[in-house]
Amino acid sequence: MEFSELIRTGRAQAELLPGPEEAPLRGTLCVTGHHLLLSPGPPSTPDLWLLLLRSVDSIEKRVAGDSGTITLRCKDLRVLQLDIEGVEATLDIARSIETNAWRLSEVNQDFSLCSSYPRAVIVPRAVDDDALAQCARFRQGGRFPVLCYHHAPSGTVLLRSSQPLTGPQKRRCAEDEDLLRAVLTGARPGAQGFIVDTRSSQAAKQARMTGGGTEAKAAYPGWKRLHRPLERGRALQESFVRLVEACGDTEQSMDRWLSRLEGCRWLAHVKEALSTACLAAQGMEREGACILVHGAEGTDSTLLVTSLTQLILDPLSRTITGFQELVEREWIQAGHPFQLRCAHSAFSHTRPKHEAPTFLLFLDCVWQLGRQFPLSLEFGEGLLLALFEHAYASPFGTFLCNSEKERCLCEVRTRTHSLWSGLNQPKEQRKLRNPLYVPNPLAIWPSVEPQSLRLWQGLFLRWTRPPEPSEVAWEKVWQIVTEREKTGDSAHSFCLSSQPKQ
Amino acid sequence: MEHIRTTKVEQVKLLDRFSTSNKSLTGTLYLTATHLLFIDSHQKETWILHHHIASVEKLALTTSGCPLVIQCKNFRIVHFIVPRERDCHDIYNSLLQLSKQAKYEDLYAFSYNPKQNDSERLQGWQLIDLAEEYKRMGVPNPHWQLSDANREYKICETYPRELYVPRIASKPIIVGSSKFRSKGRFPVLSYYHQEKEAAICRCSQPLSGFSARCLEDEHLLQAISKANPVNRYMYVVDTRPKHRMQSWWATQKDIGRIIVRISSKIWNDEKIRESDERKRLNAMANRAAGKGYENEDNYSNIRFQFVGIENIHVMRSSLQKLLEVNGTKGLSVNDFYSGLENSGWLRHIKAVMDAAIFLAKAIMIENASVLVHCSDGWDRTSQVCSLGSLLLDSYYRTIKGFMVLIEKDWISFGHKFSERCGHLDGDPKEVSPVFTQFLECVWHLTEQFPQAFEFNEAFLLQIHEHIHSCQFGNFLGNCQKEREELKLKEKTYSLWPFLLDDQKKYLNPLYSSKSQRFTVLEPNTVSFNFKFWRNMYHQFDRTLHPRQSVFNIIMNMNEQNKQLEKDIQDLESKIKQCKNKQSDGVLTKELLHSVHPESSALKTSLCLKEQTLLPVNDALRTIEGSNPADNRYCDYTEEFSKAEPGVVSLEYGVARMTC
Repeated sequence: MEFSELIRTGRAQAELLPGPEEAPLRGTLCVTGHHLLLSPGPPSTPDLWLLLLRSVDSIEKRVAGDSGTITLRCKDLRVLQLDIEGVEATLDIARSIETNAWRLSEVNQDFSLCSSYPRAVIVPRAVDDDALAQCARFRQGGRFPVLCYHHAPSGTVLLRSSQPLTGPQKRRCAEDEDLLRAVLTGARPGAQGFIVDTRSSQAAKQARMTGGGTEAKAAYPGWKRLHRPLERGRALQESFVRLVEACGDTEQSMDRWLSRLEGCRWLAHVKEALSTACLAAQGMEREGACILVHGAEGTDSTLLVTSLTQLILDPLSRTITGFQELVEREWIQAGHPFQLRCAHSAFSHTRPKHEAPTFLLFLDCVWQLGRQFPLSLEFGEGLLLALFEHAYASPFGTFLCNSEKERCLCEVRTRTHSLWSGLNQPKEQRKLRNPLYVPNPLAIWPSVEPQSLRLWQGLFLRWTRPPEPSEVAWEKVWQIVTEREKTGDSAHSFCLSSQPKQ
Repeated sequence: MEHIRTTKVEQVKLLDRFSTSNKSLTGTLYLTATHLLFIDSHQKETWILHHHIASVEKLALTTSGCPLVIQCKNFRIVHFIVPRERDCHDIYNSLLQLSKQAKYEDLYAFSYNPKQNDSERLQGWQLIDLAEEYKRMGVPNPHWQLSDANREYKICETYPRELYVPRIASKPIIVGSSKFRSKGRFPVLSYYHQEKEAAICRCSQPLSGFSARCLEDEHLLQAISKANPVNRYMYVVDTRPKHRMQSWWATQKDIGRIIVRISSKIWNDEKIRESDERKRLNAMANRAAGKGYENEDNYSNIRFQFVGIENIHVMRSSLQKLLEVNGTKGLSVNDFYSGLENSGWLRHIKAVMDAAIFLAKAIMIENASVLVHCSDGWDRTSQVCSLGSLLLDSYYRTIKGFMVLIEKDWISFGHKFSERCGHLDGDPKEVSPVFTQFLECVWHLTEQFPQAFEFNEAFLLQIHEHIHSCQFGNFLGNCQKEREELKLKEKTYSLWPFLLDDQKKYLNPLYSSKSQRFTVLEPNTVSFNFKFWRNMYHQFDRTLHPRQSVFNIIMNMNEQNKQLEKDIQDLESKIKQCKNKQSDGVLTKELLHSVHPESSALKTSLCLKEQTLLPVNDALRTIEGSNPADNRYCDYTEEFSKAEPGVVSLEYGVARMTC
């Protein structure tokens, strides 16, 4: 990630108050890759004021009316005040300076710290690689907290990790505490943090017996723990199997069907996953808080929550490429063990060992989002179905292996083809694309009431019911949309051609 | 007006029905002669028609005021908190009076004035012409004719004046049959399938008692089966569940015996032999064993079929249970589905649908005519006949056709709208969501066949709104005779022209009228095809709805397509004209002038293109919907601010000691 990509506003009109003794300086403020520039107006052209971004120690922003103030406290103990015109501009400039709080670390280059993380991860700038190694030792499977999403509008971040190895002795790890403290100071002074634990508080306490546990409140000032138990592992697989069984029986009575739909609890899991993601998203967007999500290993329900949170908050992740990136980043690279989880689907007679349809649950939640915001996702059901199929069996290498490390060992990248290149071929587009997509810059908050959630018939009843009418209808929607574009274009060109030539 | 004591109350709170943190809007409550109006601080108005109010409840006084819960027949539930108890009491009493009228003349329809003159009003009433509709079906014809037997409502008060019967059924047969059938509702034609020459007929149950058979009735049924030249076999469909009939007969058996004994004394005088009585008893016993309602022995060429649709009381309590479940705050997925199951609602919907499919299949596959009845032949029979016709005939799936269908099978054949919808203060046991179930079945069909219907969900919801609103005359009264006595056509307006004027709102953009494959619908009634109709039962709970509407978008696109195509055509023809006029070269001023008026229209439509992709109100909806506070997880906000349990802070001490 290039730092310059994070710069949101190139320039703004500002007044600099360098100190009580010096005269204020007016001009155009500019943020570049490494510097903050202030170029005064024409009368005093030569004096270009310049500050190295690295030298900023802390930043504070305030807005009042239609202007704002940024106070910069520098590492050389200087205190600068910038008065900037325009609220948006102020916030953008502040954010552009703030993002400096993060860096790309290649500490896991040889997968020695964490076998399920990719080679490069984003961590707070204030934490060095040695400290990261300590953190990794304190977290199960070495999954120390890493950044997965920076929510620019509120300047907050979403992190994920695995459980801390506090154990029955309630061990602590200073580096881990430092890391989380750095996250909060990096966001803004006095920022709050929430640790969303995807286990019940009971389960989290019990995990101590086996060496796991959860963050002690006193050790992590500013962070609060919230427990949102999500179903995982065998229970989730069981739920999936029972749902598929119920969907295969076309003879059952209405009462039997409804009681089986209830009994399998699948939709309850959908509701829990979505509401936990909403909780995290709400914390970031509304409370301005940083969120750390983890369960036990941090490779299943954790990823479910972090990926859904991004989908709710981030308009980019709702585009086709954005969504593919999300799956690649939050599931494949983040080390969801696809080989273990998707070894068998719902029909296998072998006793499930590691199987769990976590990824399918994620796709179902996305489908629910798409149903409630039919215009806001660039992709349609087709892409979700394709991902479901390929996760369980695929001629492509994308979902192979359980982690980046394994994929490197198997030389997946050189010996197989990528699913993404397969999907992004033009002939596939009509199946995958949502013809009604209109970019929606806002967060999408779904309703999680049971009345608003529906069984994903397109997947679970795909082979049991005749799909024709709905597919024909979908075709018709496409037809209307394309027709519209055509007529719109020709009307437009008509409009142009009939303009008077002067 | 004499019922209204307080017309305006300020500082009233409207609670969010589902919020567990008692989120509310503050505003002013107004009481008018016809509506209850709440205007909140954002000037958003909530109108509630008095006739829509199903129940008003005053809850126990709280610190913030007196809670008032109003449940509406269109499934709106509002929860007000009125600061002063006296105001609350006044409003409560007024609403009790206003929502339950004793006389038809006090209903809204008799004062509603849409500013039409008398001829416009009459035209509105003439919009749907049932004689025209029977002509469309292909009757009268050599087998079926119009009977004038009921012209003066002499045979059956709850039937319309004009009835179609088999041509060979003479008037004495009709009269005889009507005496044998409950409320005189003898078998008549409901729908005629021209291509198959088969008919859907309807009637009420045969009367039990002294005589187990009625020759005229048997003749009439024979006549119906003979009116079908292709297949002499016909079905008699009893829409009631078989097990219920059996238990009913078990209780009736003894009564039957007593009746027979008493009557036999009388009959003895008339020298009726002992064996006849035994025969009668046997017939009774047969029926008690569930061999059908009409005695099969007496009707040849007839097959009997029970389809298990429950009675109005079961349906009423089923809906009640459904609404109770839905109204629960913080409902879990499991409670929702077990509640849905326990209510039995979807089971009942499926039963109605299955019965209709049986009808359609009998006609399409076996070419057989069908006679449908329940008890009185105005509830379940109406459901099944109308739905069956809807499956068979694509005309009923158009906007106009659907109106005709409702006029025919529901209004004219005497579905007791006023009693079932509780228009007047009457017996609450007569209220039942029979018509709502019909609409829901149609909705399920629109879900399964998104292209087969000209209308959309909004149309169904609007009709449902107006069966209770009493704003138009169509649904007032319980039968045609009563409607004539009320002089509805002179004193009130018809709903249909108003819906037709607004038809843009009700068009299904995906409708394809030409598609041949949709002539007969064959819905799949596997259980999982039945879904909870959220847009009906949570119509007013906006937070539960999808945040963006595909329907609106596609509809707008379709409109624009048409407009733009028209514009292009216009411009093309103009250019052609001009080219003909001018020899060649530069476009003249004339052309430019002629193009300009259009091009301004064109420009607006091009602008529309940008906007309507996210139409203004839809965008608003997105923004509103995008407020997490609208949703249930907003209640977690408390958790954000809630301190963690004290136990956790103890850990610090322990940790320090171990470190």
